[in-house]
Amino acid sequence: MITAGIDMGSKTVKVVILRDGEMVGKGMMVAGFESRAAAEAAFAAASEEAGIKVDEVQHIVATGAGRKFAPYTERSVTDVASDVKGAMALYPGARTVIDVGAEEGRAIRCNAEGKVLDFALNEKCAAGAGAFTEAMSRALEVEIEKLGEMSLKSRNAVPMNAQCAVFAESEVVSLLHAKTPKEDIARAVHDAIASRIVSLARKVGFEPEVILIGGVAHNVGFVDSLGKALQCEVTIPNDPEYIGAYGAALAATEE
Amino acid sequence: MAANAIYKTRPLECWGKAKEIRRKYYEDYAQAHERGGIRWAGGAWTFGAIPCGLGDDVHSITSEPYGASIAADKKFSIRCLEATERAGYARDLCSYMRNYWGSILLDEYLWGGPFPKPDFLWQDHICCSHAKWYQVVNDLEGGVPHFSIDVAVGPYGEINENKLSYLVGQMHDGIDWLEKVTGRAYDDEKLIEAVYNECRSTALWAEICCLNKAKPAPLEEKTMFSLYVLGTLMKHSKVVADFYEELRDEVRDRVENQIAAIPNERCRLMSDTQPPWGFLKVFRYLEEFGAISVGSLYTFGLIGMWEVKPDGTWGPRTTPQEKGLRIETRDEALRVLADWNLSKPEWQHFYSPHLKTEMMVRIAREWALDGVMLHYNRGCEGLSLGIAENRLGLIDAGFPVMTFEGNMGDEREFDLARTMARIDSFMETLGVKRDRVQGSPH
Repeated sequence: MITAGIDMGSKTVKVVILRDGEMVGKGMMVAGFESRAAAEAAFAAASEEAGIKVDEVQHIVATGAGRKFAPYTERSVTDVASDVKGAMALYPGARTVIDVGAEEGRAIRCNAEGKVLDFALNEKCAAGAGAFTEAMSRALEVEIEKLGEMSLKSRNAVPMNAQCAVFAESEVVSLLHAKTPKEDIARAVHDAIASRIVSLARKVGFEPEVILIGGVAHNVGFVDSLGKALQCEVTIPNDPEYIGAYGAALAATEE
Repeated sequence: MAANAIYKTRPLECWGKAKEIRRKYYEDYAQAHERGGIRWAGGAWTFGAIPCGLGDDVHSITSEPYGASIAADKKFSIRCLEATERAGYARDLCSYMRNYWGSILLDEYLWGGPFPKPDFLWQDHICCSHAKWYQVVNDLEGGVPHFSIDVAVGPYGEINENKLSYLVGQMHDGIDWLEKVTGRAYDDEKLIEAVYNECRSTALWAEICCLNKAKPAPLEEKTMFSLYVLGTLMKHSKVVADFYEELRDEVRDRVENQIAAIPNERCRLMSDTQPPWGFLKVFRYLEEFGAISVGSLYTFGLIGMWEVKPDGTWGPRTTPQEKGLRIETRDEALRVLADWNLSKPEWQHFYSPHLKTEMMVRIAREWALDGVMLHYNRGCEGLSLGIAENRLGLIDAGFPVMTFEGNMGDEREFDLARTMARIDSFMETLGVKRDRVQGSPH
């Protein structure tokens, strides 16, 4: 059976195609203002990688913030459900799933059967999501891809008090004026976002094994800060940004 | 009825009467002067029975329900909020208060015409916003006589004679003050009648809420909001007490005949604090999952008066008239009124979040709930105080809890799409699947 999952994220759209439960294709596009068109393009890319045509896919399930606008789909599942399904398929021992995407950070606690026991999301605030690190990289005039590596070179922990992306940006500017090394500021940024995420994880009562997914999992500086703040090992799957779409594709196999 | 409907359902027969009582209340206030009467303003928590001693032509406007009514009219609300902000008041103040002040500043009454200026202000200090609310109204209206009663005497479980006398003494002073500012003689018989009515109406509301312990629930919370509000307008009036008696009888009949609020009840929830009034569709959205909010400490305990019954469960507080107590004097009436109001459940948690958690866990157990939706309400610091503690207490007691941020009276602080997405996730957590029903009467 061929199934697909479409994760209509706020910044990017991800598509995963499965053949008999095995991932055979994936595609990602920037959502932009035309997220449906972006999803169709991502689907085309995933189909090409899988070597199939779109109409060969038997069941398609959407997830993500914009799931109601996904093309081709018969039904949708929530981000929380698809995250857990995807993470548990890869790591059956997962009990806590942390997903840090562009717009939203979330912590989910589940049991051995994959049932969600509790979840917490960052409220109307960018300080617990990828948008925060992007804003800070702009303030530091550092490419987002280099922010993580840079923070690992930090030798001094600089406290950043701001719990808000707007205030944090002004704090970064103040630190720059105070000649604080960019490495230390980058670490402060990651410590701050990790602190927000850990508070979500504590809210749901996290327990190992902790799986980190979402695009921000590529940021090694954030991962380092999160591990230290959680004081436990964090497992990151390959292609962490695709786990939501993977979970949705798995849900489609249950049709 | 749709194929997936489990229960019979039908609209409330007394619904139209409830709407008419509310409409007439606001009309009476606006037109009081034309009829030679008196207008007063104060909070829904104030001792509204006391001004009744001035005569039958004395009409009030209670501030919180008025602020909530404005919130439900998003276009007018945003104009009110912005008018208040332009006047220099901070955006994080009580949103009922900001809507109310905005209506005065714009000089527009929600139901048309200029804002009717009250002749006096009759208030009590239930929270810091209420303490300042009418001080500002007095400023904005260019001077209105203002009397306020301090009620900060601690939780009901710790009330003693001295604390009660502290309130009753202020009430006596207040009656002298009312005579002075209105030039009218005070009629103790009318006070006594109003106190009896208030005890009757608030005990009846608790009895109605108790009937919602039944499965299927005869009422859902969105409907309850439109019914409990009558108590927030004039809990001391015969009209409201009589209406609640009629409502109680109808709801009891619904329970006996298994007439449900929603046809597909499979999941029972409660909410907490004031809802985002401009977005009550959230409660209708629950119905797509067969989920129903059967009430909350807020809807039960703001107007309902409760006591622990011999079997250990919560039930309506026994009224003085049920106890055979005959009120003969002004002092006796005020003493009953003070004691009755201090037992209000919604008052207790101003002193400790743990008192609120105890009551919420009691509701969750006795009303057989599957989960709880807590509104982190930025619009009301009083009722949101300690709500994160309540969440932990409910989780410890074994009840799944979903939280959502919003504001009861400021739509700019509520995100409908994300709240609905959060409900989707919560329903999945509870193992409840979407279930569109065509048979709902709503």
